Amino acid sequence: MMMSTELNWLPDLINKIEKKSVREAYGSTLVSVGADKSVVVLDADLSTSTHTSMFQKKYPDRFFNVGISENNMMGVASGLSWTGKKVFVSSFAIFATGRAYDFVRQSVCYADSDVRIVATHAGLTVGEDGATHQMLEDIGLMTGLPRMRVLVPADAMETEQIVRYVYENRGPFYVRLSRERVPVVHEAETFKYGKAETIADGDDITIMATGILVSAAKIAASYLKQKGISARVLNVATIKPIDSDAIIKAARETGRILTAEEHSIYNGLGSRVSEVVTETYPVRVQRLGVRDTFGESGKSWQLMDKYGLNPMGIVNGVEEMMKVTI
Amino acid sequence: MQDSVQSENLEEIAKEVRKSIVKMTFEAKSGHPGGSLSATEILTYLYFRELNIDPANPNWPDRDRFVLSKGHATPALYSVLSMRGFFDSSLLQGFRKISSLLQGHVVNHVPGVDITAGSLGQGLSNAVGLALAARIDKKNYRVFAMIGDGESDEGSIWEAALSAAHLKLSNLIVFLDRNMIQLDGFTEEILTLGDLEAKLRSFGWRATTIDGHSFAEIRKAIEWAKDADRPTMIVARTVKGKGVKFMENNPEYHGKPAPNEEKLNEALRDIEGM
Repeated sequence: MMMSTELNWLPDLINKIEKKSVREAYGSTLVSVGADKSVVVLDADLSTSTHTSMFQKKYPDRFFNVGISENNMMGVASGLSWTGKKVFVSSFAIFATGRAYDFVRQSVCYADSDVRIVATHAGLTVGEDGATHQMLEDIGLMTGLPRMRVLVPADAMETEQIVRYVYENRGPFYVRLSRERVPVVHEAETFKYGKAETIADGDDITIMATGILVSAAKIAASYLKQKGISARVLNVATIKPIDSDAIIKAARETGRILTAEEHSIYNGLGSRVSEVVTETYPVRVQRLGVRDTFGESGKSWQLMDKYGLNPMGIVNGVEEMMKVTI
Repeated sequence: MQDSVQSENLEEIAKEVRKSIVKMTFEAKSGHPGGSLSATEILTYLYFRELNIDPANPNWPDRDRFVLSKGHATPALYSVLSMRGFFDSSLLQGFRKISSLLQGHVVNHVPGVDITAGSLGQGLSNAVGLALAARIDKKNYRVFAMIGDGESDEGSIWEAALSAAHLKLSNLIVFLDRNMIQLDGFTEEILTLGDLEAKLRSFGWRATTIDGHSFAEIRKAIEWAKDADRPTMIVARTVKGKGVKFMENNPEYHGKPAPNEEKLNEALRDIEGM
């Protein structure tokens, strides 16, 4: 039987899990949708990090590096889109959503421009660069904008599907990716826009996770099963529009919900779920996330352990919730 | 472009635009007459002489574009668009009123409007995107834009300026409405802008300075821009509130309409006597 100490990412767990780069998945999918001549890609001096450089190599005439000017990039993207271009813009999450917020608000969302923002380097797993680059508020910023749809893939395969989805559909979209290689969750393509995916069924509690923490939720659930707790695991790749039906179903059938995200506990997945639950079927919701603090330098998975964003953190949260009788 | 428009008298049109600006803002009890009156000749010239557009087909893909980056000058733009036939002039009465088409700041759902603006410093980047698209698609349309001098306090104007020069967007022609006044007062007292023509030239633009109320100078500057190998900035010296004596060079009328009926009539008389 798995020991609870094995539920930290380090020192061993993370090495045992197969991981893949979501940034490379983004870059290669961009190249494949780039066969469509209406696709134009912009980056702000981070193309070798975001991997839009893969598109640049293949389609240099439809790639523009605007330099370190994220505001300008969003405006240029909007202008391009109004001539019929399908525009992708990429930068780190901190700059694409934080620095450029008012441009995203006015030139992209209010103007209703056909623009897809695909940001990498979200959350603590930026690692050594530290708090200045660890964006923990972007889901809140982007979900708050009318017309914006917010997507967070759980792994590389889901990233490919989501990038294709946002290519095929009119923007605006925000897609949130990690710098770190992400544990593989999927063996087959399962992404359905606007639908939470059932990773494991259960009836004592529901763990709703997004992005890099979906694999942690999966591991936590199999551990809990051995301890006699039946946890449902939902992968919430579409944060907006949120899958209210799945949330209400979880509230009715399991009576408890734990949310898990590499984001502030404010205005992220936990907040969206809480809003639906309190409005429709009040049950206890607990949020696992970064608790109103900035990040810091360190190795990605060290940081995730320190801030409790690992299978252990999820197990602890579940066990605490199970103590309360419903 | 329709020939019938070419023969219309620009001075007379500008007068009508100015009256409309004063009336719209009075009726709305809000809005920005000062920077609309300073922009009147440029917008009139563009829409009645220069832009290759078709009011019956506002989304024609090969049309010239215009971006009002100083998106508060809607009284001028909306007046010109309705006079040019993009929409019925009765809509002007709804300006800034609830549930009406014509919002306080410029929005692209209005027929004839290409780009949404309002929060300053964004329209010029949008214009760069439009001009870049013409190059990608090997199309000949041109992109005109107007920015404000107060707006040029925004750092993003200079990001866009670097971008346009780097991309050598020779199909981008920008008017800088140099009326020397922003909301809180005179531009050079609030944040020194200095020699904008020299600044833009050092950024890699072709730049010139003209009298922004002279149709002849506007025409000449646009002609001069036509063989450029880079973006063109036309710094247009203008008078904020031009045409209405009590508004002229008065920062108070950046964002305030004629305060009462008497002042409204005084403004209309001033314009008529221009």
